[in-house]
Amino acid sequence: MRKVAIYGKGGIGKSTTTQNTVAGLAQMGKKVMVVGCDPKADSTRLLLGGLAQKSVLDTLREEGEDVELENIRKKGYGNTWCVESGGPEPGVGCAGRGIITSINMLESLGAYEESEGLDYAFYDVLGDVVCGGFAMPIRDGKAEEIYIVCSGEMMAMYAANNICKGIMKFAQSGAVRLGGLICNSRAVDNEKEMIENLAAMLGTKMIYFVPRDNDVQRAEINRKTVIEWNPEVPQADHYRNLAKAIDENTNFVIPKPLDIEELEKLLMDYGLMN
Amino acid sequence: MATTAIKKNKLVQWDPADVKAKLLAKYPPKVARKRAKQIMINEAQENETPEISANVRTTPGIITMRGCTYAGCKGVIMGPTRDIVNLVHGPIGCSFYAWLTRRNQTDAGADGENYMSYCFSTDMQDSDIIFGGEKKLEKAIQEAYDLFHPKSIAIFATCPVGLIGDDIHTVARRMKEKFGDCNVYAFSCEGYKGVSQSAGHHIANNQVFRHIVGENDEVKPGKYKINLLGEYNIGGDGFEIDRIFKKCGITNIATFSGNSTYDQFASAHTADLNAVMCHRSINYVADMLETKYGIPWIKVNFISAKGTAKSLRKIAEYFGDQELIDRVEAVINEEMPAVEAAKNDILPRTQGKTAMLFVGGSRAHHYQELFTEMGMKTISAGYEFAHRDDYEGRQVLPTLTVDADSRNIEEIEVEADATRFKPRKSPEEMKALEKAGYKFKEYEGLIPDMEKGTLIIDDLNQYEAEKLVELMKPDIFCAGIKEKFSIQKLGIPMKQLHSYDSGGPYAGFKGAVNFYKEIDRLVNSKVWSYMKAPWQTNPQLSATYGWE
Repeated sequence: MRKVAIYGKGGIGKSTTTQNTVAGLAQMGKKVMVVGCDPKADSTRLLLGGLAQKSVLDTLREEGEDVELENIRKKGYGNTWCVESGGPEPGVGCAGRGIITSINMLESLGAYEESEGLDYAFYDVLGDVVCGGFAMPIRDGKAEEIYIVCSGEMMAMYAANNICKGIMKFAQSGAVRLGGLICNSRAVDNEKEMIENLAAMLGTKMIYFVPRDNDVQRAEINRKTVIEWNPEVPQADHYRNLAKAIDENTNFVIPKPLDIEELEKLLMDYGLMN
Repeated sequence: MATTAIKKNKLVQWDPADVKAKLLAKYPPKVARKRAKQIMINEAQENETPEISANVRTTPGIITMRGCTYAGCKGVIMGPTRDIVNLVHGPIGCSFYAWLTRRNQTDAGADGENYMSYCFSTDMQDSDIIFGGEKKLEKAIQEAYDLFHPKSIAIFATCPVGLIGDDIHTVARRMKEKFGDCNVYAFSCEGYKGVSQSAGHHIANNQVFRHIVGENDEVKPGKYKINLLGEYNIGGDGFEIDRIFKKCGITNIATFSGNSTYDQFASAHTADLNAVMCHRSINYVADMLETKYGIPWIKVNFISAKGTAKSLRKIAEYFGDQELIDRVEAVINEEMPAVEAAKNDILPRTQGKTAMLFVGGSRAHHYQELFTEMGMKTISAGYEFAHRDDYEGRQVLPTLTVDADSRNIEEIEVEADATRFKPRKSPEEMKALEKAGYKFKEYEGLIPDMEKGTLIIDDLNQYEAEKLVELMKPDIFCAGIKEKFSIQKLGIPMKQLHSYDSGGPYAGFKGAVNFYKEIDRLVNSKVWSYMKAPWQTNPQLSATYGWE
């Protein structure tokens, strides 16, 4: 089983990209489990056709100690298993601690057992690496390959670089590696070249460039992944390609984060090219 | 050869500079530099002493004797008050280990309202950390109220509460409004705040002053009304002091906080003098009572017979009433013969022995007077959590630097109360007293009372304690429970001056007698000469390994 975590700046499209890619993998016949690590519990909406999922932490709170695997995971598009970690309302409690608890719960309930026949476990993690809890998927070998969703915007690149720092820290003591950058285009000037260059500087590759297309938005309104909503549109092919690129990827590295001056320079060089 | 008790050679020769160098020798250079500032060879100068570094962070890795902020707030200041429900918001361990562990005694009084024997906790679980613990706290407050209908409920924050940001003060305010007849307030005394338990004292002082003091304006009967600040009734110290006050005709309105009640705090502003025992833990309240209500404060010490007599005279002098002065003298004359008799009994056995004291923010100073009465010399002493003023005297206060750690602890601004501020003495009366040598708001600290060439060490740690005992070989070592057994394993008797082991009271006249007897028993026990097994001093068999 390959254990994959998707990180990236908040609002960059991690959940959308993850679910669409997972749909692509499912179409290839892969058995996938998606674990949403966001208190908003919206990481599996497109696969499940709506926010119908009861989160691990909600279940834990209501059922007490006695929880069955079937209480916390739900079957989504293409026989994928969908899990939402869940968490507190904004402004209270500790969401990081919640993620630690729910991943431990999944493990102890045997969600990752060989008998489950999983080819992939995907973690979709909120925003930047903000505290120990949100780093949980990259600690202790929970996830072994990380993909960072980014765009050609400064803050997205800055976040990607920051996440690399987290990966580097945990890579030294564990199996976690960076699998590559996924560019979710914001139609910035020279975006593709810039991200390819950033990837090279980080010691990795841009594994795929997902162009901006309003079909993604249309599918989302219908609570579906693009592949499910309309398998014929070009964007569906892009997600299939991304799924294939991940499936065939063998380039796993310990990233070399840049310092802020290098990042700024990169932005200047490419932003001013025209 | 029979193992007879070896007569210890008492004339241990040591040079303080050499001892200091040896204490520091094992440290990395940076740590040694920092510790060097906290280890002072006393020059015993009266007014201008070299600066000692105190109230600074302990270097991680050092096994300090200090406690945490929560311990200082919940354990020390608020713990001894019997009729306030002390509700700990946190995991059960923080609650359980802070429950009845300080030997602060109480007399449940006529109303019998005493919650000290209960352990109140919100017992936070994983899910409370994740989803926030405010609702559980609210429920716990309600439950305590429904069960006991107390006058007051105090809430204490533990570390996780600060990390997840539960708004305990809002919960407290809401519940107070809801109940109407129960004062509910909270302390943000998370253990990690500040550098020691001292921060917890300050936080407790602030909230007691803000939420309780001044709540009851009813005038209590009594001619000479005082508050006793910084006395925690460990082993019944407060009972003995109150016995003496009663005999002298002095009315103790409020003790902060040994054997105290909510009403005592609430009425504290009606007293006419504040007598401060532990300067470190409570001087904030003394200052605030003076600013807001016009009550002056003096430093007292009821540890040792002489100290007790001196403190009583000081209180009598303040009131300036011949009747009180005569009565105090009569009480001293009545009490002293028993003390003298006990002292004369033990003196031949204790004279010339040496002691070390590493405890508190006042105790390491106060108990030296008792040892002096026993003819014993304090060769090294220091505090766990004191500030520079407790060593060097209050004159250094204006020069104290505010660092990030102290800035983190709230300072509250107090103004004279619009209706209740009433100077207890006119400026002329105060001046006349001061002119006659009377000292208000004065604490000279520990340094002037220690002999030249003694070692004063702030925030002593496990390693240094053992090294110090090894090098200076005192006859007794005084500290807390954490040090108790490691010191005794070195063959030196150890007396706990936090909890008094199982003894006390040691304050006042009767307390002095108890202390003489206890120390005599400890320093003259033969048990320490039997520390080594017979074969350790006199092997009956010797052999070598085959490969040697």
